[in-house]
Amino acid sequence: MADEPLVLGIETSCDETGVGIVRGHTLLADAVASSVDEHARFGGVVPEVASRAHLEAMVPTIQRALKEAGVAAGDLDGIAVTAGPGLAGALLVGVSAAKAYAYALGKPLYGVNHLASHICVDQLEHGALPEPTMALLVSGGHSSLLLAPDITSDVRTLGSTIDDAAGEAFDKVARVLGLGFPGGPVIDRWAKEGDPDAIRFPRGLTGSRDPHYDFSFSGVNTAVARRVEERRREGVEVPIADVAASFQEAVTDVLTRKAIRACRDNGVDHLMIGGGVAANSRLRSMAEERCADAGLKLRVPRPKLCTDNGAMVAALGAEMVARNVTPSSLDLPADASLPVTEPHVPGHGHGHG
Amino acid sequence: MLLLAFDTATPAVTAAVHDGTTVLAESTSIDARRHGELLMPAVDCVLREAGAELDAVTGIVVGVGPGPYTGLRVGLVTAAAFGDALGIPVHGICTLDGLAYASGIDGPFVVATDARRKEVYWAHYAGPRTRSSDPAVDRPGDIATQVAGLPAVGAGAALYPEVFTDIRAPADQSAGALAALAAAKLAEGEPFENEGGLPALPLYLRRPDAQVPAAYKAVLPK
Ligand SMILES: Nc1ncnc2c1ncn2[C@@H]1O[C@H](COP(=O)(O)OP(=O)(O)OP(=O)(O)O)[C@@H](O)[C@H]1O
Ligand SMILES: [Mg+2]
Repeated sequence: MADEPLVLGIETSCDETGVGIVRGHTLLADAVASSVDEHARFGGVVPEVASRAHLEAMVPTIQRALKEAGVAAGDLDGIAVTAGPGLAGALLVGVSAAKAYAYALGKPLYGVNHLASHICVDQLEHGALPEPTMALLVSGGHSSLLLAPDITSDVRTLGSTIDDAAGEAFDKVARVLGLGFPGGPVIDRWAKEGDPDAIRFPRGLTGSRDPHYDFSFSGVNTAVARRVEERRREGVEVPIADVAASFQEAVTDVLTRKAIRACRDNGVDHLMIGGGVAANSRLRSMAEERCADAGLKLRVPRPKLCTDNGAMVAALGAEMVARNVTPSSLDLPADASLPVTEPHVPGHGHGHG
Repeated sequence: MLLLAFDTATPAVTAAVHDGTTVLAESTSIDARRHGELLMPAVDCVLREAGAELDAVTGIVVGVGPGPYTGLRVGLVTAAAFGDALGIPVHGICTLDGLAYASGIDGPFVVATDARRKEVYWAHYAGPRTRSSDPAVDRPGDIATQVAGLPAVGAGAALYPEVFTDIRAPADQSAGALAALAAAKLAEGEPFENEGGLPALPLYLRRPDAQVPAAYKAVLPK
């Protein structure tokens, strides 16, 4: 439909320079330039390296996205950008670029929340989100169960991790196993060759008196590290595939169990899973089985839309345009710790466009 | 000619509009922590004050540093985005050159801005438009003999009066002066830091701080 909003989204919260273009719920372009290889030898994302890469990649990635979508910048209905949370210096590159494009093109600017974008991206895959949406957000920095009556304005936290995020747990275990960075994709690959029942790793916060919707992954991490160190100390070869598969099984078991319980308790008929860890093949298959058993409809975007990208930002921006949300102002700040409960950074009436 | 100029490589967030002859409007505020928030409202303000339509702007002038990176990038990415969106050239100028031009000092002098971590970004000049050394980042104490007795421009110099003994104005960058320098360069066909449609690149002068994490920490007792 040509009257749906045409929005460009910019994402620079971590190490991917993402620019996406959507028309309503339709994905038109998803251009990503990643600096991940430059960080690998440091075993984690180096903020200054990421920020420098964003500056270099910004305009070329925008141009690539416009070309891919086959639209002119002048035809856009709005520019959306990740205002937070994320790395402060990295966010600032995207926010500054978005402001300049919005101002130069005379388009409204929407500073949006990266985490709400991880959820809203599913509109590109499975159409309009239900209201409320139950979302399991599992990424490099976050693991939460969220209930969103309105993804543009009202996102509530039911529970979240009390220590590491799920993605962080994958990254740490990969490090213990000497598999490099980032850990999620490589654990996922190794696990395919291993036995998920080989080792019974602990399931954090699953006791009957534990909080139902909170997560804890430090226990499973420590257990994996112990197991690996013991083997090495004994001079026995570490069964990498079995450790990876058993670790992955423990994490996905807890995530899906708690998510399904949250759906039941809140009377929703679906579960959305978003964030980088939602790319995990076992999480996807286990959620598929368990949702089917529980009579829930599962919504998970394709893996490329689960990890950081610009299309997810554009998707949330398009929803804001469609709902006549107040645009952000030209003094929009980058907010490294923008809470998940603030999907949008509204302006104060002096905005442009 | 209608130039939109700005520089975020120092604590000053400064923007100006220049018509090739004179500065039509200028806005400067000093706040080292809020470049990202202050720049676009400043740009909007000077364009309005100059009564200039964005479509009439013929070129963007931007200070390319050296300067603390986070702030520096705000100006550079803004310039690149404007250049792309409006289809006009971006002219990069060394931030120290803008201060030198504004000083109008005839004869040898130095420009120094604050590089934090007890260092300065600095360069030697033979005149207001003649830089005679590459921009560098150093501890003031280490360059004391090289700058001894010379007039010194820039807030970085004023921080170290024991090294820079002859402090001169200005202390802070002015986008008006930067734009005037660009207008003069354009009129005389002098090159900028970037040429031929190449992006204006930042003068970082330092490598990124990247710590290789400590070796894996065992959880088992030794
Ligand atoms: N196939 C996979 N299996 C498990 N984890 C994965 C997989 N692919 C990516 N990840 C993990 O996802 C994380 C990256 O996700 P994402 O890009 O959403 O995080 P982020 O943007 O850094 O954090 P946040 O979204 O919380 O700000 C990394 O920790 C990575 O290891
Ligand atoms: Mg993310």
